[in-house]
Amino acid sequence: MKKYELIDHTADLGLEIYGKDLKELFENAGEALFEIICDLSQVAESMKKRVVVDGEDLEQLMVTWLGELLYLHDVEGSLFKRFEIEEIGSKSLKATVYGEKFKEGHHTIKTEIKAVTYHQIQVREEEDRWTSRVILDL
Amino acid sequence: MNQKNSTHSIEIEKIDDYRWRIPKTGKMKTDGIIYADEKMLEDIRNDQSLLQVTNVAWLPGIVGHSLAMPDIHWGYGFPIGGVAAFDLKEGVVSPGGVGYDINCGVRLMRSGLTRSDIEDKIGALVDTLFINIPSGVGGHRKDLKLNREKEKRVLLNGAEWAVNQGYGTEEDLEHIEERGCLQNADPSLVSEKALRRGAAQLGTLGSGNHFVEIGFVSDIYDQELAKALGLEEDQVTIMVHTGSRGLGHQVCDDYIRVMLQSSAKYGIELPDKQLCCAPVDSEEGRRYLGAMACAANYAFANRQVITHWVRETMEQVMKIGPKDLQLDLIYDVCHNIAKIEEHVVHGKKKKLCVHRKGATRAFPPHHPDVPGDYRLAGQPVLIPGDMGRYSYVMVGTERAFKETFGSTCHGAGRVMSRRKAVKAAKGRAIVRELKDRGITVRSAGKTTIAEEMPEAYKDVTDVVNVVHNAGIGRKVARIRPMGLIKG
Repeated sequence: MKKYELIDHTADLGLEIYGKDLKELFENAGEALFEIICDLSQVAESMKKRVVVDGEDLEQLMVTWLGELLYLHDVEGSLFKRFEIEEIGSKSLKATVYGEKFKEGHHTIKTEIKAVTYHQIQVREEEDRWTSRVILDL
Repeated sequence: MNQKNSTHSIEIEKIDDYRWRIPKTGKMKTDGIIYADEKMLEDIRNDQSLLQVTNVAWLPGIVGHSLAMPDIHWGYGFPIGGVAAFDLKEGVVSPGGVGYDINCGVRLMRSGLTRSDIEDKIGALVDTLFINIPSGVGGHRKDLKLNREKEKRVLLNGAEWAVNQGYGTEEDLEHIEERGCLQNADPSLVSEKALRRGAAQLGTLGSGNHFVEIGFVSDIYDQELAKALGLEEDQVTIMVHTGSRGLGHQVCDDYIRVMLQSSAKYGIELPDKQLCCAPVDSEEGRRYLGAMACAANYAFANRQVITHWVRETMEQVMKIGPKDLQLDLIYDVCHNIAKIEEHVVHGKKKKLCVHRKGATRAFPPHHPDVPGDYRLAGQPVLIPGDMGRYSYVMVGTERAFKETFGSTCHGAGRVMSRRKAVKAAKGRAIVRELKDRGITVRSAGKTTIAEEMPEAYKDVTDVVNVVHNAGIGRKVARIRPMGLIKG
């Protein structure tokens, strides 16, 4: 199964993310976000970070999760490549994420993402999988 | 995706060659009005932006129409190129009506140089700008550090803070929308996260469509207005396009979260979560406006600091002093903002909360908010195009003040998504192609130049001609690029 697909949006960029369960859906979303930002093959797993976020529902939880990762990237220069969701409910999640800090000359930044939007946000369960649509502001 | 999401089913009536109406239906509280010509409208129908115009018309307390400028394209929540005004009692304020890059905007400087003075130095100028003005991830200058206390003063005082620190002159402030400072800023309403994001990013360009561009005046459409703005043919100009960086993005994000709850609390029905809002006259509404003003001031300060470094760069490379350089600020405008402004509604003066998301204020001659030296000309309006073609200088008009709450277009507007642009650029050397057209470009991001290639945008001439012909802006001059740095 594909982890995610990029969808076209005139000004920005959309993501259609898949997972066999919620845990995998959110992990794949994290990976998709950082594959857009950089070349993950250049990123080592030398640093880990605990991430805890909440939201009113699954859709808000998806935005706050990706938003928190983006915040850590912006403030600390973190590049994450592996995401382990330890606990997830409809209103909160706990995760440990692995990666390293951006190093000039070593890492190539492909795209800078401004924000994770609520525009047409969706998280839903289908017959045999979960899917989510997220639109990013670039 | 475009196919199934097009808006060909939305009914549109022609008002005249440059105005189109989406009649109020269903839960819309007012009509939508789109400024475009017939050919443009076909393109506009290919994405969801018209649906977004109708969605904005759902919001409570909207005054006049849900407006769209000719550079309209699909945004999130509000369309980009959208303008909507709301009553201060019955109406709402929406972070999605401003966008993540709060007070993303443009400023233009004129100079005492002509095109031939810099032609053989353009490479050195672009390289030096690239060194002196940080862009890309983590880039910031060691000589500008903000501790928490200083950062809060930036949020409170905007461009004035920068001038007080020696970045630019008092005269610059006269030529910035709102004199570079929204008065209702309250730093206590800005989150710890936003402050942390803002601490290291003042004086940085950011990525995407942000740039510093050296150009020259290639065409003048109105000699008198050009003279009033100090522009003449072949004169070198510099344009700066950037916004409030991570601080603004975080403020938007924080308050969307607040507003998702307040929309439910105040019983506001939303066609799209990104349109979440609160009454202007509510605790949540006031708090957002106070925080948004902080982000707007950060953006004004950002452009002011960068302006100072542009001046230093020009002096350094051209080896001349500021008196010969004469890099004076013509004007600085916001493209993404919500402001409380006085307008005339049904013959009566009324204060309104005007949202401009990818639109420019375009106040007419004699308006008190237009600086004294432009009082007869009208407020300068700066319309950047794509990096390969040209940009325009316009002025605001009486008709814009009457019809669009003193607003006009803001840029070219994309026609190609970033992905399509990258695909279309494959196998081509865009930098080389631009060089052949006499334009030197440097960028920090690997894919930025492909994403931003000229064909990815509408021809800004078409956009400008529509607003000129519709009377909601007057063409003054055209500027062609010579060299630029991108984020």
